[in-house]
Amino acid sequence: MLAYLIRRLFAAVVMLAVIIMVVFGIFFLVPKWAGVDIAASFVGKQADPAAVEAVRQKLGLGDPIFVQVWEFFKGIFAGRTYAAGGDVTHCAAPCFGYSFRSEQAIWPVLTDRFPVTLGLALGAAVLWLLFGVAAGVLSALKRGSMWDRGAMVIALAGVSLPIYFTGLLSLAIFSYGLGWINAEYVPIEESFTGWLGGMILPWVTLAFLYAAMYARITRATMLEILGEDYIRTARAKGMREQVVIRKHAMRSTMTPILTMLGMDLGALIGGAILTETTFSLPGLGQAVLNAIKNQDLPIILGVTLITSVAVLIANLVVDVLYAVIDPRVRLA
Amino acid sequence: MTTQRTSGRRKQAMAAAAVVAALLTTAACGGGNGDEGSKDGAAGFDAANNKVAQASLAKKGGTLKFAGAQDADSWDTTRGYYGFMWNFSRYYSRQLVTSKTEPGKAGTELTPDLATGLAKISDDGKTYQYTLRDGVTWEDGKPITSKDIKYGIERVWAQDVLSGGPVYLKDVLDPKGEYQGPYKDKSADKLGLKAIETPDDRTIVFKLPKANSDFEEMLALTSASPVRQDQDTKSKYGLHPFSSGPYKFQSYNPGKDLTLVRNTQWKQASDPIRKAYPDKITIKFFSNANDMDARLIAGDYDLDINQTGMSPQGRTTALKQHKGNLDNPVSGYIRYAVFPQTVKPFDNIECRKAVIYGADHVSLQTARGGPVAGGDIGTNMLPPAVPGAEGQKYDPYELAGANKKGNAAKAKEALKACGKPNGFKTTIAVRNNKPSEVATAESLQASLKKVGITADIDQYDGSQSTGIIGSPSNVKKKGYGIIIMGWGPDFPSVQGYGLPLWDSSYILESGNNNFAMIKDKAIDGLFDKYVTTLDDAGKTKIATEINHKVMEGGYYLPFVFEKFINWRSSRLANVYTTDAYSGMYDFVNLGLKSAK
Repeated sequence: MLAYLIRRLFAAVVMLAVIIMVVFGIFFLVPKWAGVDIAASFVGKQADPAAVEAVRQKLGLGDPIFVQVWEFFKGIFAGRTYAAGGDVTHCAAPCFGYSFRSEQAIWPVLTDRFPVTLGLALGAAVLWLLFGVAAGVLSALKRGSMWDRGAMVIALAGVSLPIYFTGLLSLAIFSYGLGWINAEYVPIEESFTGWLGGMILPWVTLAFLYAAMYARITRATMLEILGEDYIRTARAKGMREQVVIRKHAMRSTMTPILTMLGMDLGALIGGAILTETTFSLPGLGQAVLNAIKNQDLPIILGVTLITSVAVLIANLVVDVLYAVIDPRVRLA
Repeated sequence: MTTQRTSGRRKQAMAAAAVVAALLTTAACGGGNGDEGSKDGAAGFDAANNKVAQASLAKKGGTLKFAGAQDADSWDTTRGYYGFMWNFSRYYSRQLVTSKTEPGKAGTELTPDLATGLAKISDDGKTYQYTLRDGVTWEDGKPITSKDIKYGIERVWAQDVLSGGPVYLKDVLDPKGEYQGPYKDKSADKLGLKAIETPDDRTIVFKLPKANSDFEEMLALTSASPVRQDQDTKSKYGLHPFSSGPYKFQSYNPGKDLTLVRNTQWKQASDPIRKAYPDKITIKFFSNANDMDARLIAGDYDLDINQTGMSPQGRTTALKQHKGNLDNPVSGYIRYAVFPQTVKPFDNIECRKAVIYGADHVSLQTARGGPVAGGDIGTNMLPPAVPGAEGQKYDPYELAGANKKGNAAKAKEALKACGKPNGFKTTIAVRNNKPSEVATAESLQASLKKVGITADIDQYDGSQSTGIIGSPSNVKKKGYGIIIMGWGPDFPSVQGYGLPLWDSSYILESGNNNFAMIKDKAIDGLFDKYVTTLDDAGKTKIATEINHKVMEGGYYLPFVFEKFINWRSSRLANVYTTDAYSGMYDFVNLGLKSAK
């Protein structure tokens, strides 16, 4: 198990380094090849040449690309200093860049917004696992019944309806209309109940989409597994149906669910852009959307890296859980 | 199976009907008053448009709550360029002179702020002298001096560090660009700009190399605010500007929220402009404009800081149920199409006229949102609030008159005169992040097709305008014969509006705004004459002449004199729109009816 864990960790670190280089290349090399002046996009309405030059100097855009990548890596571990025109800005480690639009180091922005996104993703994940998997299992067990049909129709709606529709609809009904929920985000440190009130609709909206997908995949996998020989054998041996389902069928069903959960959580932690935008949640998704609108490349770069790291970590956890569920994968 | 599918569809239809019903029910539940909006205390439709509403109801105290879909470009007085930032900055920054806190056109007049009076002008309009009031202080209680004002203005020169704001003062006070800015200033006190003298702490003298009759208007810009050297955090100043006004920064999280609290060192006696009614002022930024509008309507917030009109969804609800909370001011912007003369056949005035006559102006107005949310049909290129403007009275192409649905016969006549009797092909460049601009491009495309002009639409990345349409060589290369744009005045004068658009010396290789590439000696000459004309009547006459010259050249097809639908909560008192800030509410003297 330890060797397996070390193998996976090593692969994750290598993958992370590759991701940083690829992302850096996309953001700094591709525009250069396309003839786009990155420095100009950092400057406001008045494109004063002095301002463009100063940003170029601050970002070291005139340096060879290897120097730029090295400076970026170095900044993550040792911090970085940006200087031009008599203005010196220090970005403390871990420095994932500095936004010259909002005059903020990227790391504090990410750490400030991360808890909002994490809270959204985890809360929604609990809901969709609870309802999605349960609905999928019940549908499989009661195949062809009214329950099965009803659950799958709802699941189809959940998969088909975009979040900005279900989100706005839930706001229109429960917040603006009935006034049951004040769906405005309140930081948890200010008020727990306020935070809970602000998160309920985003959780439910997001969970509705994912629960639908999980219900469908659970149902399909479960049905396939229930037809396997070892399930028939277990039943033939007189094992109680509850035990057959819980100990044998569920265990196998969980493998693809875990894979999906790892990827979905990782992607959501990188920013649930639509949900955060619809509910004006100040998370990473909202930050990246604002950054795209304002051409604030360092924030886009930072969030992209965070997303990659989140997906990597989530996959790593899933790999470890695989090994626990199915010992055969340790030898793979 | 067939039966089952039919049944499923029926179920789906029922579900859809239920959803629609729920939406309608909840919309109705949003409830409210009729047009008057008087039951909940709203002042009434257009009650604050160019007039003061409910002034007597303003009480001291309470929290004034702004909501916004977009943060400022910067809250640094040197760097901010957004109109709402200039408006809001009066809470925490003062200038020598500022716009009057009066509704409508009266708001564009200047009044002394830190200074005891308007400028003493001498030397044929080249010297401006001011004396500072007694008792004007910073947020730490230290007096504001003439040197602080000079330093604040000098920061405009540090474009390499403090980019983004207007640079009029730099161009007028140092046209040769000799001064390097305070951060590269070798003098001990960092006050090396020769054009500004500070003989004592209360006197400041501006010595212009060349007269400019709008100079005092430039001193009223936020970029002329004082900044104290020991509080200047350079590029990070916008995160926490040091206050000279009645409020100071308590907290600011970019893109999330901002809170101002009372500056206890500010004295009402030192400030004839600001009433400082609320105790606290907050801004919350939303990423969903519809959500923001719903919360405005619900009364969670008082007004939109961006002041660019409600979203279509919010507007519809508000017009139906809360009309008394709305105002419909003219924004000061003109939305238009412009024809770069470097792109053939737009070098020929007759081809330009063919487009002007061929366009359906009512359709263009509808694309902008119609007469209420979009504005009146634009007939010329000078915004109504700028002195010298004639509004729809000046309509040389009868765009709001006989030709408002387009005049195919005249368009064809013009095409014949330009040597293209069968029409021509061109490209319309339009920003992809402005849906109403894309709609106007499509409207124009459709109406031009009827007269034989085929126009392709190129939607470019709106955030890259500077390098795409601001680059004349790129415009020519891409064949952008028609560019969809909009423009508003930086300060209410023909110079503050039209100089970058129409003067040949403002044609730039990058960041160009003279998209039409106008090189008309008559227009250049009129601008030269304007800046040396000191009397208001003379300036107004020249402004009118410039507008006529521009329209006679057929460089522009104006769409609308833009209008907005803006929301004010029923809690607000002493509320009015001002032409000083392009039809926005004048933020600085807003009050609340209750201190709770």
